[in-house]
Amino acid sequence: MDSKQNIQFHHALKFREDICIGCSHCMNICPTEAIRVQHGKAQLHANWCVDCGECYRVCPVGAIIVEQDDFDDIYKFTTRVALIPTVFTGQFPDSVGTCEILEAVRTLGFTHVFEVEEGVEFLNERFKEYFTAHKTVKPLISPFCPAIVRLIQVKFPTLAGNIILLKAPVDITALHTRKILAGQGFDPAETGIFYVTPCAAKIVAVKSPVGEIKSVIDGVINMNYLYNKVFKILRQKKDKTGNHPYAALSGKSVCWSLTHGEADHMDQGRSLAIDEINNVMEFLEKVENEEIDGIDFLELRACDESCAGGILCPGNRFITADKLRKRAARCGANPAQTSCEEEKVTRTINLSPEQITIEKINPRSIMKLDDNVAEAMIKMKRIYELNRVLPQVDCGICGSPTCKSLSEDVVQDQATIKQCIFVQKILEQNEKLDMQESVRIMQSIWSENKLDKNSLKDEINEIN
Amino acid sequence: MHFEFKVEGGNFSRAGFPSSEVKKRLKQLNVDGSVIKRTVVALYEAEVNIVAHAYSGVISVDIDAGKIIITLADEGPGIPDIRKAMEIGYSTATPEVREMGFGAGMGLSNMNSNADKLEITSEVGKGTTVVITNYFHE
Repeated sequence: MDSKQNIQFHHALKFREDICIGCSHCMNICPTEAIRVQHGKAQLHANWCVDCGECYRVCPVGAIIVEQDDFDDIYKFTTRVALIPTVFTGQFPDSVGTCEILEAVRTLGFTHVFEVEEGVEFLNERFKEYFTAHKTVKPLISPFCPAIVRLIQVKFPTLAGNIILLKAPVDITALHTRKILAGQGFDPAETGIFYVTPCAAKIVAVKSPVGEIKSVIDGVINMNYLYNKVFKILRQKKDKTGNHPYAALSGKSVCWSLTHGEADHMDQGRSLAIDEINNVMEFLEKVENEEIDGIDFLELRACDESCAGGILCPGNRFITADKLRKRAARCGANPAQTSCEEEKVTRTINLSPEQITIEKINPRSIMKLDDNVAEAMIKMKRIYELNRVLPQVDCGICGSPTCKSLSEDVVQDQATIKQCIFVQKILEQNEKLDMQESVRIMQSIWSENKLDKNSLKDEINEIN
Repeated sequence: MHFEFKVEGGNFSRAGFPSSEVKKRLKQLNVDGSVIKRTVVALYEAEVNIVAHAYSGVISVDIDAGKIIITLADEGPGIPDIRKAMEIGYSTATPEVREMGFGAGMGLSNMNSNADKLEITSEVGKGTTVVITNYFHE
């Protein structure tokens, strides 16, 4: 759709035209207004999408799918490592122990299984050092949620410099694991590390990372897929055997991916945790104006209840969060003194600053109307003029999510003003548009099907 | 391009709307992020000054391809000594206003450091006019 930007951004969310019924639910919910309806199908404006997954949640027919690697890809490696986030353990009944879940994952074909949050304590310390070294930047923003990093790049470009340039826990744990396994004699070239993801944004973060050339992760596994596999194994299991050893996590680590997971452990200054993408946008708007100040650290997550609310988590997000908090309560604050009964191993992480740092995050604003200010000015004037004649109903019947976005689409030659049904009525009344033409316009947005009068014959007969 | 906002004295809860609107437009115009930031910070400070001290005001914004000029004209008590008001830390804000987190005496100096050009004219008993000019290119 956008001819001006040649670089297409990688997305994990794919729209299946064969399934899409052109209902516009996704268009209306998209926080960056990246979706339009054309020819009866949802169309994604690739450069505007931040992979938050809100569209996936509301699609009534499952036409939005999450791209995933073939599970058998793990067999390309002789050493196959699964990295499991703690939210995965929160998907199962209380009676199922973490060790049983990890063992079930192992039996699916992995040689090693670790929890992602092993890297948290190490990362938390690096965060604190980062704070001390970057005292003038306020607020510092967590790089944890990839959808938020992308949201800031496209919608809040002036805040891109506030994002902490450190890797996520999963990258820390992957780097550490790779190092440990190499030390134990496993061939690094034959070692594949696979991350089990609760969301689409994390897939994109691995496939096309921001601030990194290449991810340390070799593949991504959809949590929903793995849940079904593991659940089956656990159901068929007759006894409680199969204790997979796993590292002692602190309560902090267990809850790191939940809301307040990071913010509650920054020690220095004032930290705030905000979840759900619309809440985040509302807040960042004020931060950008410096209407809100005195905040040193912002933990921002795109999903309600953070990762427990990820689109690939099969369980209820509130139950998952509660389970993880209960699991955390069973652990001591210090991993060395934990009373958690299952853990058998402790691994000390030692990575260099270079290994855990990411490069500067550049903004890529989607707001600009044109690269040239004078040209952008002309377009802006037209947009405001057009918007004034539109009804401000934001009905979406034109195929754009709001009257304002239709105005922008018209000025960017992506739509015509006649797509507005109110404009059509006005033109028809003044005999400037005939009925056939207005039907043709509606068909071009919503497809012939939705305007096929034959399908209404029986209904009309019934009414009569 | 010209547009205006009305400002109501004493209504702090609504403060910030003009800044957001100006910011949105400057982003659409592909103006450099640091210019946007300085402009909205200066504007917000100036708006809050009207809300805190004046009875009412009008913010007029004029944008052309090279600059933005924001004129904030209020009806209010006016500033007797502009030079003194520009000093860092100088404040006439009531304790009530300070309690809300405003009135630390940083307003005018903060505006000054975020504006390429800042002109203030004032008549005691009538009102104050602040003109902020920021250029899109150095």
